[in-house]
Amino acid sequence: MTATRRGFLKALGTAGIASAVRDLSASASGLPDSAEPMGVLVDIPNCIGCRKCEFACQEAAGFKVPPIEAFEDKSVFAAARRPEPSAYTVVNESRNGSDLSLPVYTKVNCLHCNEPACVSACLVGAFEKRADGAVVYDPWKCMGCRYCMIACPFQIPTYDYDNALTPQVRKCNFCADRLARGDVPACVRICPNESLIFGKRSALIALAHDKIRKVPDKYIDHVYGEFEAGGTSWMYLSSVPFEQLSFLNLPSVAPSHLTEVIQHGVFRYFIPPLALYGLLGLIMWIGRRRDDSETRDVRDEGRSPRVARFAQDPRGPASPVYRREDVCVGAGAYGEST
Amino acid sequence: MNGHVLAQPVPRTLATPGVFTLLALVAVGLMVSAHRFLFGLATVTNLDQQHPWGLWIAIDVATGVALAAGGFTTAALAHVFHRKEYEVIARPALLTALLGYTFVGLGLMVDLGRYYNIWHPILPGMWQGNSVLFEVGMCVMCYLTVLYIEFLPVVCERFIGDARFPRLGKLCAAINRLVAKTMFLFILAGVVLSCLHQSSLGNLMVIAPSKMHPLWYTPILSLLFLLSAIAVGFPMVVFESLFASWSLRLKPEMDVLSKLARYIPAVLGVYLAFKVGDLAIREAFVHVASWSVPSAMFLGEVILGVVVPGALLLSQKVRNNTRMLFVACTMIVLGVALNRVNVFLVAYQPPYATRTYFPSWQEFAVTIGLVSALILLYRLLVTWLPVATPHGKSRTG
Repeated sequence: MTATRRGFLKALGTAGIASAVRDLSASASGLPDSAEPMGVLVDIPNCIGCRKCEFACQEAAGFKVPPIEAFEDKSVFAAARRPEPSAYTVVNESRNGSDLSLPVYTKVNCLHCNEPACVSACLVGAFEKRADGAVVYDPWKCMGCRYCMIACPFQIPTYDYDNALTPQVRKCNFCADRLARGDVPACVRICPNESLIFGKRSALIALAHDKIRKVPDKYIDHVYGEFEAGGTSWMYLSSVPFEQLSFLNLPSVAPSHLTEVIQHGVFRYFIPPLALYGLLGLIMWIGRRRDDSETRDVRDEGRSPRVARFAQDPRGPASPVYRREDVCVGAGAYGEST
Repeated sequence: MNGHVLAQPVPRTLATPGVFTLLALVAVGLMVSAHRFLFGLATVTNLDQQHPWGLWIAIDVATGVALAAGGFTTAALAHVFHRKEYEVIARPALLTALLGYTFVGLGLMVDLGRYYNIWHPILPGMWQGNSVLFEVGMCVMCYLTVLYIEFLPVVCERFIGDARFPRLGKLCAAINRLVAKTMFLFILAGVVLSCLHQSSLGNLMVIAPSKMHPLWYTPILSLLFLLSAIAVGFPMVVFESLFASWSLRLKPEMDVLSKLARYIPAVLGVYLAFKVGDLAIREAFVHVASWSVPSAMFLGEVILGVVVPGALLLSQKVRNNTRMLFVACTMIVLGVALNRVNVFLVAYQPPYATRTYFPSWQEFAVTIGLVSALILLYRLLVTWLPVATPHGKSRTG
């Protein structure tokens, strides 16, 4: 992981923990009271794998949801799952802790990056990072190119491959409409064990470090999402190293940083393309002028290879004018042109 | 600009076994495409949630764009750098590029989930200047327009002096005069637009560093794409010209083509130097010796696609031998195609993928159908419009 200047500045920002924690209590009602980005802190050790968040998510997304009891089925934990068009969040079980008999549950969904690669990648602006932190999608703009899926470092967006006419990119939208009316995301609302904590992102970072400091036996000293991929709205606390829970080891620079630097470099004030245009134009102009004077001098002597070839043409000098009788007479006419 | 060239339609029948074979392949591709449009991508492709891009993006779009580079490289050589002896191949190269880009668009339509929104990037309200794909899309759209304008004289000449349509002929003559005066603007624009989107096409995958195999992931992927596009331009022109002359039973334009081939080793050398240098700087050479599928694909792309044909073309004997020239240029064309497949498919290894992607037969059918349709249209247009320039004696007529 590279320590970038941006990462350093963010680390500085978390120094004022006390004030940040006050911020958290101020928004304890869950109401986003400012344009400051909100977030969710996932306390992985607190998760009991009840999968109620999966139920609440599907219900909030307006899917046809099986009764909540169906989500008590633990057999789904047999294999690691990924989000799907019909399930924006899934809970996986792993047994990687110090005590192998104790399972660890991790909730997988969109992390709502601070600088989302999907937003940068989308050529028609179908993705948007809202001020409240949510990364939302507009299907009416979307062309269905799926470049967002290529770009996302967390492999979150999914696609309606089986919809022939109006397929959509599907992912968690942070319950953007609930956020807009001052509510918390459905998964946070239903979580029974304080595994999901909603609040201002800055306050959550302070809270996370506070938790780590107060209960060092419970948590490793790493807030996943604080810096990963340029920082994310969803962040995680864990008791075991994140790599053991299938979290990706990502640099703290947003993936879109480099592509945007290159792209904006090539198009800086349109100077490079226009300069190339001008340079090629100059080369063309010089070549033409030289050629004009040369052909004037040597045309009759036949030194120019192009002229020489056509001088031997029995039909006379090259002419751009198309004559019907020259062609389409028969297969032989074309070949006998010399 | 085209006044020096006496291009003419090639009177050849369309009723050949090759044409019928191509028609059959087009029909299969059309049927699979119809299936895709009626029942969705899931029913015909092996794409999944971890592999959003497949054969259609790698071949129909990325390789299609790369192999259409013969258009701008030849235009630059013949018109910008004023090597007039190459004007005879400028029109066939232009037609190849025109058809190539047209089929890139068609191939993309099959792949896009909401193909009916393909025009959205032209709406200023949706412009997204941070997106590499936006730049690629806009440049390709503009370049396709430029290609059609550059092709206008070819169509116009067909009707000028046509006794059956005197009015159309006059109109065409007027258009031709107008286009001829401004053509240099479009030729320059075509070269600049090509440089821009050929390179940006490589920049596309730079956004996914954590998913890309280190043999191909490099910040200078856009530069490598531009260099390889320029490098494949002339080989593609040679390949297409020799292929067409055999198919149409014309004498190969060997005097022009072997001269053109002199440039190829130099450009390939620059490309190779950057590719190897980049690998050395990133210390990614260990992955070459890992003897995995990626390392084999990488070696195939570099040795069979760049080193061997580049070395072959250094020899004048090879350049003057029709068959050897064709073999060498075909290797380069396949090498660059393999590079695009490698970058977009082989190198793309998302960490959460549970299986590897391999295209379904339907995906192959659509791609083969598109290529067949392109070849058919090329043949049709060459026999109908003044594209090729008569030269030497026909072998059979």
